[in-house]
Amino acid sequence: MAEPLDDYIDAVAKALALPIEEARRPAIRANLDVSLRLARLVDDFALPDETEPAPVFTA
Amino acid sequence: MTTKPDLTAADIAKAVAGGRLSALDATEAALARIKQHDTTLNSFTDVTSDRARARARAIDADIAAGKTVGPLAGVPFAVKNLFDVAGLTTRAGSKINRDLARAKRDATLIERMEAAGAVLVGALNMGEYAYDFTGENVHDGPSRNPHDTTRMSGGSSGGSGSAVGGALVPIALGSDTNGSIRVPSSFCGIFGLKPTYGRLSRARSFPFVASLDHLGPLARSVTDLALAYDAMQGPDADDAACTTTRGLEPTVPLLANPVSDLRIAIAGGHFQSNLFPEAVEAVGRVAKALGATQVVDIPEAARARAAAYVITTTEGASLHLDRLRKRPNDFDPAVRDRLIAGAMVPAPLVDRAQKFRRWYRAQLAEVFKSVDVLLAPATPCTAPKLGQVTFKLDGVELPVRANIGIHTQPISFIGLPVVAVPVPLEPLPIGVQIITAPWREDIALRVAYALERMGVVAAPSPKRL
Repeated sequence: MAEPLDDYIDAVAKALALPIEEARRPAIRANLDVSLRLARLVDDFALPDETEPAPVFTA
Repeated sequence: MTTKPDLTAADIAKAVAGGRLSALDATEAALARIKQHDTTLNSFTDVTSDRARARARAIDADIAAGKTVGPLAGVPFAVKNLFDVAGLTTRAGSKINRDLARAKRDATLIERMEAAGAVLVGALNMGEYAYDFTGENVHDGPSRNPHDTTRMSGGSSGGSGSAVGGALVPIALGSDTNGSIRVPSSFCGIFGLKPTYGRLSRARSFPFVASLDHLGPLARSVTDLALAYDAMQGPDADDAACTTTRGLEPTVPLLANPVSDLRIAIAGGHFQSNLFPEAVEAVGRVAKALGATQVVDIPEAARARAAAYVITTTEGASLHLDRLRKRPNDFDPAVRDRLIAGAMVPAPLVDRAQKFRRWYRAQLAEVFKSVDVLLAPATPCTAPKLGQVTFKLDGVELPVRANIGIHTQPISFIGLPVVAVPVPLEPLPIGVQIITAPWREDIALRVAYALERMGVVAAPSPKRL
């Protein structure tokens, strides 16, 4: 049975021309799951619309 | 004068400048220790013996001619193998980069160390592409912990930690994106400085995450750390992030200044959770010695760690995207799979992480209005066994790799300066972070020096080597 992220992994891999070996899929899925869980933790935090991003930190 | 393994860089430089030790003898002693112990430690990937001897002879010739030599005259040092070393291929812990052309020019920080009289003796093992906290490397084998060679050195500057912890060289240079200087410093029982983001030039070093990458020194004493740091300061047009507004701010003359006027607090919340008893003990000892009792909450530190993770995995994926397409099977599989997953994180979530970063930086700026120094654990545990996958904390089985850096990531995320100091617990040492406001490396080094003078922190001798 296909895992929930598999269709997404296939679509992004195609868009980025990234080769995905079938044997590596579980590891990639597990890593993506962690990345998205942590990204959601950040996403859940309400920020004002005016917040500037900090792509490079300057003191 | 003969050299002992525990001779500090300051001792060596003083003896060389005073004519009691030749730079060549100091260099030969380091080369001999590397030869004797590195088959065990596996910290070096390249030993630059010919270059080192030539450099040492030049210093000795200068001294014989009555010329003034620098504050690191004759001091052997080595660099993580992501620094360009003229004539070597900059492998950055990878197999793939070994196909690149040899570097034509040294990294800026090597040039500055050598301008101060130091002698480069080699390049050091590291986790692949610096995406690592363990010091393990599938291509070169793991760098090993000098206090127990069945254990991790920590990473990704694993060879830097192992070589200095094993007293093969008194100073090494490493890089720190999320904790890669502070983690090996903690596991190997040495001092490490991650300066303010933008303080030291990264020119001609292989990058990982542009907005999080820092370079810095690791050493066996605070004075040595400060000597190396002072030698490497200064603007550099070859690194876009390197400060142009700060002049040279030497720290060595300030080390012995009192710390009694400083407001020192213990970082609370996130920094007091997920800790083994050794980490609690280490922070407790340091806090007690400094008379620090106030606990300050760092707002949203766990979320800061999450945001650092997201920025790291996505920027890292961007850096390596073409290599992931063309040579996926030449990566360490664990690194590759993390990077491929990083390439798949939707862009809005990365932008959210960067916006959160700005918010979090403002929160810490507020904290530093009422304190000068924050104390926090460097790692949740002492060095795990090589290959160890999980550890049990509060009855919960957790992955080792993902959790080693949970206390370092929220600090480097906003570029704060940190000195990691080693608390010499038995049987294994563990580090504590001395964290200060941006550009106040001088305060962090001063506190570290006071702790060293009190005997609370020290780099233990590698007795089992």
